[in-house]
Amino acid sequence: MRRYLGILTVISALIFFMSNGYAQDMLQIKGSDTLINLVQRLAEEYMEKNPKKYIAVTGGGSGTGIAALINGTCDIANASRLMKSKEITQGSDHGIDPKRVVIAMDGLSVITSARNSVDKLTMDEIGKIFRGEIVNWKDVGGSDLPITLYGRQSNSGTFVFFRDAVLKGDYSQKMNRMNGNAQIVEAVKQDASGIGYVGVGYVKEAAGVNVVKVASRSGSDYTSPLNSNDVKSGKYPIARPLNQYINGSPKGAIKDFIAFELSPEGQKIIEQEGFFPIPDEYRDFNKKSVGLE
Amino acid sequence: MVKFKEKLIHGIFFFNGLLVVIVLLGIFALLVFTAIPAFKEISLHEFLFSSNWNPTSYVKSSYGIVAMLVSTFMVTFGALLIAVPLGIGTAAYLSDVASTRVREIAKPIIEILAGIPSVVIGFLGIVLVGPFIAKVFNLHNGLNALNGSVLLAVMALPTIISLSEDALKSVLKSYGEASLALGATPWQTLVRVKLPAALSGIIASCMLGMGRAIGETMTVLMATGCAPAMPESFLGLCAQ
Repeated sequence: MRRYLGILTVISALIFFMSNGYAQDMLQIKGSDTLINLVQRLAEEYMEKNPKKYIAVTGGGSGTGIAALINGTCDIANASRLMKSKEITQGSDHGIDPKRVVIAMDGLSVITSARNSVDKLTMDEIGKIFRGEIVNWKDVGGSDLPITLYGRQSNSGTFVFFRDAVLKGDYSQKMNRMNGNAQIVEAVKQDASGIGYVGVGYVKEAAGVNVVKVASRSGSDYTSPLNSNDVKSGKYPIARPLNQYINGSPKGAIKDFIAFELSPEGQKIIEQEGFFPIPDEYRDFNKKSVGLE
Repeated sequence: MVKFKEKLIHGIFFFNGLLVVIVLLGIFALLVFTAIPAFKEISLHEFLFSSNWNPTSYVKSSYGIVAMLVSTFMVTFGALLIAVPLGIGTAAYLSDVASTRVREIAKPIIEILAGIPSVVIGFLGIVLVGPFIAKVFNLHNGLNALNGSVLLAVMALPTIISLSEDALKSVLKSYGEASLALGATPWQTLVRVKLPAALSGIIASCMLGMGRAIGETMTVLMATGCAPAMPESFLGLCAQ
């Protein structure tokens, strides 16, 4: 529900700004659905502190955000995956020099219905389930129930990341393609046979879903994405950085906002939203990439 | 002077008509010319006869549209199965049975239904129709072709009702009077005289309703699950 509210605010904000003429200072941020609530919240806090700055945050998926950055229609692209080499070449054709900033850590969470008794899986099992090779819960220690798959649509960064990191192959054709993290949570909540994957920020307060503990291979420890240490240390096998891409070195309003995101205050908001603050290795990376830490 | 005015108006209307045709041809040309390069990479045979749609594949992209065509027709067919009888029935009620007051209140409400954005209807499909279908048919979830059909039927109904009612109303009064005078009941008059007389208008309304259903994206995308697999049944998985 909050997501729809978020979209509504964005739309009404857009209409408001259009009627006021195009605000010179307005930052356009676009992309990942995993990041939208988080960045929206960061933008709200930032605007409260800086009443003359305007930021518009819209979703659409990481692919959409990156395409907008390449076409010069947004200032910051939210991306829950890395830019592909093809996209970087496309960008340089348009005179865009993408720079990456890591703003948060995500433990990509595999969720099942609370009515499902399976609460831990290995990476291999998750891969087989989403590739369509395991089709019944009884094969992974559950009851005799066919598995219903809930994933993301193909322009989602999470779709690409999960496929490349976990499946290393194609999704089952039977996977339902949902249009957002919130939709997956809703669907899995209602469906006792369902399994899905969402950013950890979407499960922290969600009732009615199980967050599956994951082991990198059979025999190793099962870890939960809700444990911040395991996500930060990389012990949780499907942890990932959440990124923003900008064109060239950050200047002016863009630099100011990114500095706010990386500040202790910004990182605290990130934790409140259920994601994790950036570890030192990515602080170093940010410093090299955009000169901010 | 009058003649000049006549000619001017004639010219304006001709220009308007022409403009619509040009725009239509323009859209068509744009679609064709931007689509042609794709077929340098995709074989037409695969496009038309493969049911494997996966342009962003990890291994090899595939571009078969059969599963999507089949499910589009399935959902549309289901929608018409629900909307046509209901729509014509409502239209007959509004034109022949309902009192003027009921009609004057009901018709605008039905027409407002046409203005509800498809994303809202899709949302209702997820939170209302889906769980209901799951419960009735004892399924795990309600993301299937039946859900899509019900929602598309709701979207097609205003068109069908409104235009069918207009068609029924424009049937000559003398037909109905003649039928009643010959001793037919109002039901017989409606079914055997008025409906056949208005048939061409009713069929047109159903076609327009179908047009809305078959071209709808958002609602179907949200309510049917949007898996690119071949649909198994009305209650099974459904591509978009």
